[in-house]
Amino acid sequence: MNAPETDIQQSLDDPRLQLAIYTATRRLIDHRAGVVSDEALPHYQDLRNEANAIKKHTIENLDYYLEQLESNVIAHGGKVVFCRTGQEAADFVLDLAKKRGVHMLVKSKSMTSEEIHFNERLEKHHLEAVETDLGEYILQLAHQRPYHIVAPALHLTRYDVADVFTKELGAENEVVIEKQTKFARGVLRQKFLEADIGVSGANFLIADSGAVVVVENEGNARLSTSAPKIHIAIAGIEKVIPRAQDLAVFLNLLGRSATGQPLTVYTSFLSGPRRATEIDGPDEFYLLLLDNGRTKLLADPEKRQSLYCIRCGACLNHCPVYRKIGGHNYPWVYSGPIGAIITPQFHGVTEETWLPFASSLCGACAEVCPVKIEIPKLLIKLREEVVEVKRRQASGDLERFAFRLFAWIATHPKIYLLLASLGSVFFPIVPRIGPLKKWDSQRTLPQPANQSFHQWWASRVGRSKGSS
Amino acid sequence: MNTRVSLFVTCIVDQVFPQVGIAITEVLERLGYQVDFPEAQTCCGQPAFNSGYPDEARTIARHFLDVFRDSEYIIVPSGSCASMISHHFADIFQHEPKLLAETHRLEPRVWEFSRFLLEVAGVDDVGARFDGIVTYHDSCHALRELRIKAGPRKLLAKVQGLTLAEMDVAEECCGFGGTFSVKFPEVSGAMARTKIDSIQKTGASTIVSIDSSCLMQLQGVIDRAGLPIRTLHLAEVLASR
Repeated sequence: MNAPETDIQQSLDDPRLQLAIYTATRRLIDHRAGVVSDEALPHYQDLRNEANAIKKHTIENLDYYLEQLESNVIAHGGKVVFCRTGQEAADFVLDLAKKRGVHMLVKSKSMTSEEIHFNERLEKHHLEAVETDLGEYILQLAHQRPYHIVAPALHLTRYDVADVFTKELGAENEVVIEKQTKFARGVLRQKFLEADIGVSGANFLIADSGAVVVVENEGNARLSTSAPKIHIAIAGIEKVIPRAQDLAVFLNLLGRSATGQPLTVYTSFLSGPRRATEIDGPDEFYLLLLDNGRTKLLADPEKRQSLYCIRCGACLNHCPVYRKIGGHNYPWVYSGPIGAIITPQFHGVTEETWLPFASSLCGACAEVCPVKIEIPKLLIKLREEVVEVKRRQASGDLERFAFRLFAWIATHPKIYLLLASLGSVFFPIVPRIGPLKKWDSQRTLPQPANQSFHQWWASRVGRSKGSS
Repeated sequence: MNTRVSLFVTCIVDQVFPQVGIAITEVLERLGYQVDFPEAQTCCGQPAFNSGYPDEARTIARHFLDVFRDSEYIIVPSGSCASMISHHFADIFQHEPKLLAETHRLEPRVWEFSRFLLEVAGVDDVGARFDGIVTYHDSCHALRELRIKAGPRKLLAKVQGLTLAEMDVAEECCGFGGTFSVKFPEVSGAMARTKIDSIQKTGASTIVSIDSSCLMQLQGVIDRAGLPIRTLHLAEVLASR
């Protein structure tokens, strides 16, 4: 598919939207900068290196850690279900709900569930799934997908939210954020009490203790996983880390990178159903480990680092392209630089061939990535794959020819010099064609130079020879 | 004295901004260097490499290695091209041991212009004079791949008559990005306009950078908007007196 140019243009032309994105990301950028500075966290770069090393080790030994995780979850009285696809995950939940007579479940925020269109799959079978993260709840009411990995409703203003609550819930048109929150809490409290299943995602899965770790700021994940009788956690297989002590590295990085918090407000360690001696917790616990294309990524030794991602969203906030086009112009739920590298890998480079090219390769993403994924490098790799696919399909011939010609010229200095001297002659007419027309759509072309540096140098050498 | 240094002016300076190469020659000669210009030079191959054409980039990079084989110091008026040579040639030759070894011998001899002045020539004051308020644009590859941030500002601080006014988004991309600028012209243009909004708030009448491609992008948008701001390469400022 080609880039959604019309939609992108619409986003660029919407000053309210541009302001919303720019302000929100600016705030996240500034908050992060404050908590990863040399003064705030002197060993920040060491932590990034450590996080990268742990992820690398885990991804390269994923089979071992997944088995360890599974046996520890079972030891706690939980069950582990390996799901190859989103449909398998949804089918398991639908089946369980049917057996237990459950008609409604509550959910905390989970990008993995967004990835597999979890809610839509359940709703087809009349099983209601209610989002309890405020941003996700607003989007569910508005029938939209997340705009951002961490801040799903980043693009909506409080006025937009007021309209959504009025239209979908018949609420009074209330624009004071605190009052909106209080209203949503009132609606959601009832849902928590009624639901018999609570579904969560997972930020980390600890292999050596079998615990699911969920970080959040609203407390809804804690309620979703402890109030209902059944807790189901859905997580991608790449979320596993070897040891509980590794969390010291990741928790220190995740909140800081995501929202600029040294630590999120709530960090829950969920390990299995309630024990006989415990007061709170579910009766049943299931961990759904999702593949959905992830094992495909493991095959490529260079690109599999894409699986290190801890979904902090820092690359989105710092990406000048994301900050212009926004989240919904990306083809998948994962937007921004991380979306640009994982979407083609999950869906195939033949789909969305434009995505790896939608970057100025400025490198801001890689600089802030807490697990040091080499995003620009992977974008270039994916560009190479797209070019290769197009070659096989015999499309994109003109560009390929242009680069081949360019390489030939650049290795034949005499031709290069000859063309260079002609270049200034043709300069005035070329803006009307090809790439230069695109350049001209936004920018004035520079005035052609009277002589190239090569020519200047030749005349200078000539002069000094003449005078000596 | 009279150390010989070789100029790699880059294709964009050669073709569009020769005055930048001339300014570098002047500054280096003023400092007592013997400037050499290997005339078989063309391009570093970055446009092909970044666009997904590694074979074409490799062909051009091989030519570069040939041309600069005997140069002790290679001076480059661009953070982006310097980084292509010192950081990415190794990527494109990773499966060719002989060329990779040659690349590794080349890497420490490649010097972005401002870094050469500070770290090899050991000067921060080249005796320049430039009257006016300027703001400095951090070009992405210089900043994030070569870690060049304070150096150019140090050189600007010593220029007589010059006031440096920092913009609030100095480190944000100008939106050029090579073929990105023509594949996504609207997004690219919007990125430049954000940058220029920030520049206007500084009151600067000149934008200085060490990458001519960023300046071409910014000047293009400035001219289209009819704003009274000009762009200059650091070398041009340092050559003024």
